Parts: sequence; structure tokens; C-alpha cells
Amino acid sequence: MDTKRFHSVRLEGDKCRGCTNCLKRCPTEAIRVRGGRAHIIDERCIDCGECIRVCGYHAKVAVTDPLSSISRFRYKIALPAPSLYGQFKELRGISQVLNGLKQMGFDEAFEVARGADVVSRAIRERLKNPDLPRPVISSACPAIVRLIQVRFPDLIDHIVDVRQPMEVAAMIAKREFARKHGVDEKEIGCFFITPCPAKVTAVRNPIGHEKSAVDGAISVLEIYGLLSSQIRNAPVDITIETASDLGVGWARSGGECKAVSVENAMAVDGIENCIRVLEEIEDNRLRDLEFFEGAACTGGCVGGPLNFENNYVARSNVTRLSSRTPNPELNVDSGMMTKYELYDSSRILPNSAMKLDDDLIEAMRKMERIEAIYKELPGYDCGSCGSPTCRTFAEDIVQGAATQMDCIHKMKEQLKIMAQQMVNLAQTTRE
Amino acid sequence: MAVLLEKSFPVEAGAYTTAGEASTTIKRTLKQLGISAEVLRHVSVACYEVELNLVIHSLGGTLTLLVDPEKVTLISKDIGPGIPDIDKAMTEGFSTANEEARTLGFGAGMGLPNMKRNATEFDIQSEVGVGTTITMSFALK
Repeated sequence: MDTKRFHSVRLEGDKCRGCTNCLKRCPTEAIRVRGGRAHIIDERCIDCGECIRVCGYHAKVAVTDPLSSISRFRYKIALPAPSLYGQFKELRGISQVLNGLKQMGFDEAFEVARGADVVSRAIRERLKNPDLPRPVISSACPAIVRLIQVRFPDLIDHIVDVRQPMEVAAMIAKREFARKHGVDEKEIGCFFITPCPAKVTAVRNPIGHEKSAVDGAISVLEIYGLLSSQIRNAPVDITIETASDLGVGWARSGGECKAVSVENAMAVDGIENCIRVLEEIEDNRLRDLEFFEGAACTGGCVGGPLNFENNYVARSNVTRLSSRTPNPELNVDSGMMTKYELYDSSRILPNSAMKLDDDLIEAMRKMERIEAIYKELPGYDCGSCGSPTCRTFAEDIVQGAATQMDCIHKMKEQLKIMAQQMVNLAQTTRE
Repeated sequence: MAVLLEKSFPVEAGAYTTAGEASTTIKRTLKQLGISAEVLRHVSVACYEVELNLVIHSLGGTLTLLVDPEKVTLISKDIGPGIPDIDKAMTEGFSTANEEARTLGFGAGMGLPNMKRNATEFDIQSEVGVGTTITMSFALK
């Protein structure tokens, strides 16, 4: 499979009615309705999952790895995202989730929150460097990183070059398990329990490094039923709850800001809110801001579209849990900072999917035609043509992906003219 | 080289609710043209500053975007009141922003110096009672 084009977010064509719900909500204008069905423009999709959330017909789905895929490996490690802890109302401790996962068939459960501890420390170090452009932008939410590639290419240099907690967790988990049991790391498979499609895509097609240390991503929804039944009789054992409260706090918006512990940090959740603040950063309106944490989902990772529990309930569950665990300081021994590859090995590049043409002069010509066409459109932004706005419709016409008569209002005008011509014709032929 | 693209945006005095809209549209246009990230960043900063200046200090005016294969040009032209002492206005920290603007976080006196810093070429012409014209260009190569 061409991994560069891999997207977790897909369309199930036969369920799609061709309505405008997803069309209107896509933050990168990556959806078009053509022939009565939605289509996703691969180059633009950032796998945020907004369309999955708003589709009333469940025609938008996330492709994830099935639980059965863990049998590809001799040894299997579960990597629970901290947001997973928020899915269970009567949890007596995080260790119940870890033990529950082991009862399900994993040889080990390694907290991604421990990866978050290490990542928090690494970001703290990076923030000491005054030469990094401010604000430093978090790299944790892959949908936000991709949003920046598509819509804010001039802010790419602000993204911190520290890998995501799940990557760091996978590296540590494999190393520790291999040493403890005297086995080859190649025989160990690490599976992230994911709240969102963006992480699935990040595993298959990572940004900032060649290959992910994570071997698969299983959605929370896929294991929810089985895991909740296991949790009921899973024992509490606080000695295996090794991540800090700060690491666990990454599950919700603001958790990362708190963990990197810097004055003038801002946490923004919800992709539209993130876009508004990124616009301000681009204009240099937030001059004193040191750190920006953006999460595509409302509430942060607890709001991920592949979770079971609603984000407010999950958020309060996580808050309750992390205030109860007795680990207030980041759990990182200094050896970890050099032992693992914590930093990106390749540059993040802009995604030029919004560009009208590779040639500037041709792009300007197209822009001019877009303006001319747009002026003639009604400006209702109704979406009936299959493009999200009149503006994007004009762009689609110029790019050859639509014709004026796809606009029903234009069509009505045209019909009126034709009807009048018929009347005129009828009158002239009667004489 | 002939200008290939021109877009004008009227900017009203004191219209804080719509302040920044012209800049957002200009940024979107430049991104669609595929202008490099570096130039984009400079234009974004200068463009927002100049738009806000029109809102805060002028009696209203127009912001114009011109693009040709060599450069991006921004022209801000207002209908008054005009700047009595341009050298003073160009000094960092000098501001005549009113209380309303200051409450909103403006008036640090960095506007004009910031524009000059970000533009490749910067020109300001002003006459009291007539208006101010600021021309900034950003080289594409």
C-alpha cells in the first residue's frame, strides 16, 4: 500500500446520502459531493475526524487495526492512551485498566502517560533555547500538525521537534520488555489504544521520522466492551501505576501546558478554535506567548471520535483519577533523555494541496478567473453544488472539477431565461 | 513586470469587530498562490499591523494587495487625519492610540517599526488633513 497516501478516515459509499454536513465542517475543505456522494480529497485530508463526528448516516469511518492483529507478534504490548482511563466511570485506579488489558491477551500494558512524562521533560529542555521561534507549538496532536502543513506552512518552524508520547512509550516499552524477558525487540509488537483516526494515520505515515515505533493502532471502541468486562474483576495495584499525574493529564486539553510548566502557555481545543488562534500567531498578535498546545478535538484527546464516553464525562473521570494517583512529579530518570530517540529525524514539510498551481503566473491567472466567477455566484454557501462554499465552488470550476451549471441557483436563472425565450418564440411563430 | 493580481479591501475607522478580516483574506490568497512560507510570514505581520493602523488611527481607508512575479505589494491609503511628524511616528514605543485601543491591547508603538522591519521596501507619505499612504513591498526572490 502507498503509505504516503494512507488515511484512516474513509467513506463508506453506500451509506452516504450526499448531504452537506461533512462538507461544511471539514477544516481543510477536503470534501466534495459529486454524483450524490461525498468524496475525500486525499491530499488535503488531515484525518481530524470532524466528518466522522457529524455524519448522521455513519458513512464516515476510521480504519483501525482489529484486536486480532496483535497475534502477528509473539509478544504483545498494549499502549493505553491516557484518555482511555476516562472511559470507565467506576474505576478504582489506573492499574485496573493495565491489568484488564493484560487479561485480554496482552503480555504487558505500558502507559503512554509515561511517554508523556519523558516528552514533557524534553519540551521543557527545548523551551530553554531562546533561539526557537515563539510560540513553540506542540507536536502532540497529529491533526493539528497536518493542519499547519496544509493551512499554516509559515508556522512549521514553530512545531517542537519532540516525538509524540505514543512513540516514546513504544520505544521504552520494547526496550524494557526485551531486557526483562531476554527476548528480541523484533518479536515484540506495540499497539496503541487510540482515541482518534489521526493517531492511526500517524502510525502508518509518521511526520518527522521515517518509521513509527508503534506497530498498530486499535480504537478504544473496538476493545471497549471486552475491556470493561475485564476491568470489573481486575485488581488494583498502585505499584504498577508509574506515570505521573502530569503525564496522565495529557488526556485533556491543558494537560500538556501544565506538564511543560512554562509561563504564558495557551491550550486551545476544537479545530476551529485552533485555526483562529493560529491565525493570530501568524500575524504575530500573541507576542508574549511561549507555548501553544492545540488539540483538534473538543476537550483534548478525551474528545476523540473513537472514544466511547462523551468528552465531558471522560474529562472529569481523568481529573478525578489523576488527582488520586500519588505521583505529582514527572517520572523520568535522566538516562532516558539520551537513551531513546526523542527528537524528529526529518524536517516537517509544507503540504501544497491548497496551491492553485505550481507556477506562480498561472496561479495568479487562475486566481483572477476565480474572482470573476465568484462575483457572479449568489454567495449563499448552500453547498448544493457539492462544494463547501461559493468561493471553493469557483475554485473547483477553474480547476476543472465543476461547471457553473452545478449551481442550482445559476441553473434556475438559466431556466428562467430559456422559458422567456420559449415564450418569445411561441409569440413570434403565431403571427 | 506588470501586476497580475490586484485586490482591494475597504477598512472602516473604529471597526474592531471586523479588524483583521482583510489580512485573513490576503493571507489565504497568498497561500493559494503558493508564496513561500518566509515571505508569507513577513506579509502576515506587516499586513495585520497596517490594517489595525487603519482601524485605530485613520478616518478610514483602503488596503490593496498587488502581486507580480517579482514581489508582493501592500498599499494602505487613508483619508486622514495624517501624521504631523513621521520620524516620531516611526520611533519604537511612540503611540497616539486612544484609551479604547489600549484597553484592547494595542498602542505599544511598534506598528510602523514592525512594518518597516518586515518589508523589503517601505515607504510612508503623509499630509495632515489629507491622509497617509504606506507602500510596502516584499521580494519573492
